[in-house]
Amino acid sequence: MSLDNNTVKNIANLARIKVADDDLDHLAGELSAMLNWVEQLNGVDTEGVEPLASVVDVTLPLRADAVTDGDCRDKVLANAPDAVDGFYCVPKVVE
Amino acid sequence: MAKLTNHTIASARDGLASGDFSAVELVQAHVDAMSAARDLNAFITETPEIAIERATESDKRRAGGACAGPMDGIPVAVKDLFCTDGVLTTAGSHILDGFVPPYESTVSQNLRDAGAVMLGKTNMDEFAMGSANVTSYYGNVVNPWKGKDGKDLVPGGSSGGSAAAVSARLALGATGTDTGGSIRQPASFSGIVGLKPTYGRCSRWGIAAFASSLDQAGPMTRTVRDAAIMLGAMAGHDAKDSTSAPVDVPDFEAALSGDIKGLRVGIPKEYRMDGMAPEIEALWAEGIDMMKQAGAEIVDASLPNTRHALPTYYIIAPAEASANLARYDGVRYGLRVPGSSLDEMYANTRSEGFGDEVKRRILIGTYVLSAGFYDAYYRKAQRVRKLIADDFTKAFEDVDVLLTPTAPSEAFAIGEKMDDPVAMYLNDVFTVPASLAGLPGISVPTGLSGNGLPLGLQLLGRPFDEETVLRAADVLESAAGFDTVPGGEG
Repeated sequence: MSLDNNTVKNIANLARIKVADDDLDHLAGELSAMLNWVEQLNGVDTEGVEPLASVVDVTLPLRADAVTDGDCRDKVLANAPDAVDGFYCVPKVVE
Repeated sequence: MAKLTNHTIASARDGLASGDFSAVELVQAHVDAMSAARDLNAFITETPEIAIERATESDKRRAGGACAGPMDGIPVAVKDLFCTDGVLTTAGSHILDGFVPPYESTVSQNLRDAGAVMLGKTNMDEFAMGSANVTSYYGNVVNPWKGKDGKDLVPGGSSGGSAAAVSARLALGATGTDTGGSIRQPASFSGIVGLKPTYGRCSRWGIAAFASSLDQAGPMTRTVRDAAIMLGAMAGHDAKDSTSAPVDVPDFEAALSGDIKGLRVGIPKEYRMDGMAPEIEALWAEGIDMMKQAGAEIVDASLPNTRHALPTYYIIAPAEASANLARYDGVRYGLRVPGSSLDEMYANTRSEGFGDEVKRRILIGTYVLSAGFYDAYYRKAQRVRKLIADDFTKAFEDVDVLLTPTAPSEAFAIGEKMDDPVAMYLNDVFTVPASLAGLPGISVPTGLSGNGLPLGLQLLGRPFDEETVLRAADVLESAAGFDTVPGGEG
């Protein structure tokens, strides 16, 4: 698969990464080379093979439905870009 | 008295126990070595005050007859992917600028509980994506080893700072993480031992996630015995990581019996690749001979899907990375680069905050997961991953361990292989298959290249059978007698 510049722009938009127009050609070339390389898997016969989602052969455990932490407001706020009156302040993210 | 930095974990444990030196003396020697070796750029953050404080506590515990175990008072370095309470944690990335976790990763907490003393946080490829430690926002790490031309070499990656710190005798051991080879390959490049445990052996809680179905923490040390001791202090079930296995942690050191008579050592024929470097092939043959001399039975093994492992990995790992790294958006912590809209703020932050390799992988991952391509790439890769895992299951019906080279070359010069991502990915050709299958693997320094640089061999084992892997590795290590150190000092 060879990616054109528009496709790269579209992927970059989905990934929320700004790519300068000047960089598109170069990036399209690099990503195409990677995709062409991984596409050798098309030649592998996987008919009837179940996809492997995890190497761990265990059923996910259930835990008690109980509060396990809390009472650590200052720790939670320690990395906040801004905090007012014990609230975590971020830019408006819901339009 | 011998230099304190020349101890192993095992000999330092014994020296501390018999009162030959204190933890403070041992740790101070390493703090001094760390600050004298800044040209290696092995550490992103040094924590000498924390180190001396914890060493003092260790000495007090010991004086009070309450030694916490074999790691008590042992100075170790921590890869900067592990969150450490109150200490800057960067994952080698600009996007985590100023991030100081208010909590401790389970593995580093386990080490603290065992009395180990943190010296600092080691440099690494950004978000553990790389095989040469050249993608860190904090600059490349220099391998303490030099070839004949004297050029600065890479230490391997992504745990390159940890490898350099242990190799250069700045720490007795270090934590690493391995997603496709990031413990084993730098161990090979730096002449040390690197152990990737079975997926689920160590908790991933508090480790910045790269590819969650592959990431696993492990010890990087100068001897196999030290790896056994340190793994014992890192491993264990953790309710906070649902993929951490509820299995007991054995006494790994007790597994080092020195006896591998009758052990069935498989040699997978598919690892003998076209164009393989002659000295890697020769080293492998020597390793096979050493195991045979020690009484092991050498068995031909086959892993037919080996050649599909790297392309499979380079679909699955970027896919998981693109999802995991979606959280870095400039909103709640770390770097924020303003924009005229919310979307522009996201895009500006991520564009400036991530380096080229991370962006490349996020974009590939986004593409292979996007509507219309998911089945063709991601699901296909997961099916091939199943075939690769089945190959190992079948091989281990007949053998106890597999012996292979760790890496296809010796350490290369800083700046090489930078223009061709796929060429860089080939570094992990021998380590990635076991990662995809979640199996334990160890790299043991076994010989020197013609250029005077260390080369490692890899032993792989059955799930949760680190004991057999360590037992075989200990015998290989003794037979190889690798005792050269970078710079030739002893």
